Amino acid sequence: MITLFRKPKPGQAPRRLTLHILRCNPADPASKPYLQAFELEEAEGMTLFIALNEIRATQDPSLQFDFVCRAGICGSCAMLVDGRPALACRTLTRDYGSDITLAPLPFFELIGDLSVNTGKWMRGTAERLQTWIAQSEAVDLDALEARMEPALAEAIYELDRCIECGCCIAGCGTAQMNENFVGAVGLNKIARFRLDPRDTRSDAEFFELIGDDDGVFGCMSLLGCHDICPKDLPLQTQIAFLRRKMAVEGWC
Amino acid sequence: MRQIAKTALAPALPENPPAAARPQQNDRAHRVLTDTQPANSRWPARLDLLQSLSGLVLALFLVAHMFFVATILISHELFYSVARFFEGGWLFGEPQPALVSMVAAGVTGLLVAHAWLAMRKIPAGYRQYHAFSTHRRRLRHGDTSLWWLQVMTGFALFFLTTIHLYDMVSQPQLIGPYESADRVWTGGMWPIYLALLFTAEVHGGIGLYRLAVKWGWFVGDDANAGRRRLRHIRHAFSAFFITLGLVTLLAYIDLGRAHADRAGERYLPPGQTTVDHGKH
Repeated sequence: MITLFRKPKPGQAPRRLTLHILRCNPADPASKPYLQAFELEEAEGMTLFIALNEIRATQDPSLQFDFVCRAGICGSCAMLVDGRPALACRTLTRDYGSDITLAPLPFFELIGDLSVNTGKWMRGTAERLQTWIAQSEAVDLDALEARMEPALAEAIYELDRCIECGCCIAGCGTAQMNENFVGAVGLNKIARFRLDPRDTRSDAEFFELIGDDDGVFGCMSLLGCHDICPKDLPLQTQIAFLRRKMAVEGWC
Repeated sequence: MRQIAKTALAPALPENPPAAARPQQNDRAHRVLTDTQPANSRWPARLDLLQSLSGLVLALFLVAHMFFVATILISHELFYSVARFFEGGWLFGEPQPALVSMVAAGVTGLLVAHAWLAMRKIPAGYRQYHAFSTHRRRLRHGDTSLWWLQVMTGFALFFLTTIHLYDMVSQPQLIGPYESADRVWTGGMWPIYLALLFTAEVHGGIGLYRLAVKWGWFVGDDANAGRRRLRHIRHAFSAFFITLGLVTLLAYIDLGRAHADRAGERYLPPGQTTVDHGKH
């Protein structure tokens, strides 16, 4: 239904929501995944984050899910909402029907219930792709840093807004088939450091990091990442840009 | 400005190993390009480019092919002239149907190459197939489902195109208003052409759209607006060519039915009394 029509009219009784949550505890070998239904009353402006906290506080303290910032900045509370990756803290219950299914993000190591270890994968990918500023000469910490055009700084900052929530990986068809794929988050980081004038790596060196089927040439341009990214990062443009650069590098 | 730059550099990256354990940047840069760590092959880049390039050439061929066969809608003479033009009589003095065979063989080769390259991306084995199917149903995402449609139509084209191309390679001289119409109706090929029309136009339309977003062509500054525009163009492309194809196929069916009792008779343009092309 169109969101506008879902807004409760003044005086209207609040909706009863049923959250169907995929429960599983991988630490317990006897645990088998199952959907558990929790009912609660919808409140004005309720997010899934608020609903989950209410369930944990009043119905089941063993429910596992992650959150830190409640404001779409930390990237901890990503989960599948009715099958699509989203941040629980930025998902309003009023945008959904009265039955909402929640499941952990696929692809990542499951900690329990809705909690997954995105951090472990993100760190591994960062190390694999060397997503830091690589400089060919020793940095003189006493020297003034070279100036950067504001437009360039803005462009770098735009890509730096990634919160590593894992939604792009969960929304990526390639990643579901190839667990070694670096995903949009990895490619976006390479695009970010390639843009940075302080990073002295050449395209030949970037090719060594992403110039294969686990990198940019594995991407099938399904664009789930771009359409799902909660931070609206320009992933489509960045991946296409890297593909062009790496194709030139690889062809020669 | 300096403040921004310093802020960006200030926090120590947790991914960075301690300085003592960290190789010097020069060493690392050197390492990746020497044999201590084999360099990435250039082939994934080349194969990706070749897949796109072969698809682009085939899609352009498809567009041109549709316009050529649709000339029957204007007149029999025009289609006859187009068919003879590709036999190169104007260049060699005498029509050479073998030229059509060669083009058809070239297209077959390109098609095989394209299919082989595209197969790298198609789910292999039950695990991949199941993972992708589950993901597609769960995500309900336009471009993800679109790719699956492209895989399905591409798979159908493996078989459908070869039937048509074999005809063109083996009997290149039998292209003409009556000859083609007889093949469509009396030869019973119209169901194949009908299936081929839908699968090829849908596959080609999606392919061109995906080429544009894949390489960032014609997208413009606003990626979302650019993609919406490309999506409209894709719909228009498929609708136009499927309609043109259907009308053209109907014209051949109509002509084939009318000509059924004289099937096998060669078409002669007005004023011409002998067949000047190829041999039966």
